[in-house]
Amino acid sequence: MTRFSAWSVFWNGITGQKGWGRQWRDPEPKPHYDIVIVGGGLHGLATAYYLAANHGLKNIAVLEKGWLGGGNAGRNTTIVRSNYARPGNREFYEHSLKLWENLSHELNYNVMFSQRSHIALLHSPGAIDAAARNYNTMRMTGTPDAEIWDLAALKRAVPHLNYSDTARFPIMGAAVQKRAGTARHDAVAWGYARGADAHGVDILQQCEVQGIARDGDSVSTLETSRGSIRAGKVAFAVAGNTSRLWNMAGLGKLPIESHKLQAFVSEPLKPLLDQVVVFGIGGAHFYMSQSDKGGMVFGGDLDWYKSYAQRGNLPIVQDVSEAAMSILPCLGRVKLLRHWSGLVDMSMDGTHFICKTPLANLYLNAGWNYGGFKATPASGWYFADLIANDRPHDRIRNYDLKRFERGLQIDERGAGPDPKLHG
Amino acid sequence: MIRIPCPFCGTRDHSEFTYGGDGTIEYPALDAPKEDWHDAVFLRDNVCGMQLETWHHVHGCRMWLLVERDTLTHEIHSVRPAHPGLAAMFETDQEAGE
Repeated sequence: MTRFSAWSVFWNGITGQKGWGRQWRDPEPKPHYDIVIVGGGLHGLATAYYLAANHGLKNIAVLEKGWLGGGNAGRNTTIVRSNYARPGNREFYEHSLKLWENLSHELNYNVMFSQRSHIALLHSPGAIDAAARNYNTMRMTGTPDAEIWDLAALKRAVPHLNYSDTARFPIMGAAVQKRAGTARHDAVAWGYARGADAHGVDILQQCEVQGIARDGDSVSTLETSRGSIRAGKVAFAVAGNTSRLWNMAGLGKLPIESHKLQAFVSEPLKPLLDQVVVFGIGGAHFYMSQSDKGGMVFGGDLDWYKSYAQRGNLPIVQDVSEAAMSILPCLGRVKLLRHWSGLVDMSMDGTHFICKTPLANLYLNAGWNYGGFKATPASGWYFADLIANDRPHDRIRNYDLKRFERGLQIDERGAGPDPKLHG
Repeated sequence: MIRIPCPFCGTRDHSEFTYGGDGTIEYPALDAPKEDWHDAVFLRDNVCGMQLETWHHVHGCRMWLLVERDTLTHEIHSVRPAHPGLAAMFETDQEAGE
């Protein structure tokens, strides 16, 4: 593997860019691996990387039915933040943010992590109080950059929002996390893939799991589109399609529904928005940032009905565009370039699962709702820890499938057991 | 846009409706063991393919409907009232009013 450095960039610059090789191998599947991770998305690749890098494990494969970065890795709005207030979640996401802060160095790959602030607009005294409670909780539990801004501070930072007193929901302030921001989604997938490959992990693309053979209470063989693969341990990281694999393994029901979430990008503009801005009140739900290429990247609510189709519906396009116009009217003549839709595992309480399963050698990473991208490093870190040590780390012990049986719901939104409401 | 043939109002855009959820769930008796309630409230088949589900025609007749829909293609195979008794009463009322 070529190591990236200022010198290698300079040298290749003056020698016609001929010195760059493949970033990861394209191996043939072996008949047996000690650990097989199903799903070559961000979480699967991060898991493979940390299994090799943190735990020194060998003989690992990642199976990807399509190509790297073709699923939800390429279908998100790339926002990274840790403004969670429930016990467990705040520590987990803060750990993730700390891993993000060093990720480019860790992987020797520029993931373009940009800590540009996450600004959640507030529109009522009640919302300001509720945000102050959550953000004070963050400050007291290890997230020092949580702030509540008044209107004057907000106007200084983002002068071009719609501050009209006659708006349906006039802006009154904002809850801000300054270390939050965005990262380049493809680079995260490629960086983890390259890092894992350098540690000897086999990344098998175009390799779809089509059947799962069990030997009593453990998984023995995965039937794939590239042949049978026997596995010592199997790990699922296939957001959106978790229930399908779960059924293949003969395991029945899950506290998950698959929904689709759309995102949008506009034509490229000159620099317009330096932060991630979030608008959510009444029927509106909207978040926007500007990519380094200049496109406005934004999204809103789910499509509101369960679906496995990776395509979005038009009412949500209209809904999201209306939300955009209500806070940034200057976007009125901007053209929409593309929109896409990804499948998300919506769980019953809006929180994920990283846990053991009823089968002895099967591990589950699922239920990421809206939050999968920002969670990538910690998700991989703790999932690798779980697989390597065969016991959950203290910090993830409530991310198991049995928490509802214990009466525990980790429900940041307070929306109750209806998956589509945990946006 | 999904077009849903409402048995009362005719074919309408799905934006007139709200999605309820899995229509095969049978809620247990109020005094059933809590394990049964856990399963009904928290666990889902999450079918990829033909699914029986509920929709509420909230901006139309306000009736709850049972819809058979393919969750991969969004094709709708059948629509019927979720509460046949209520639907029959509704129709009788209409006839009486005419």
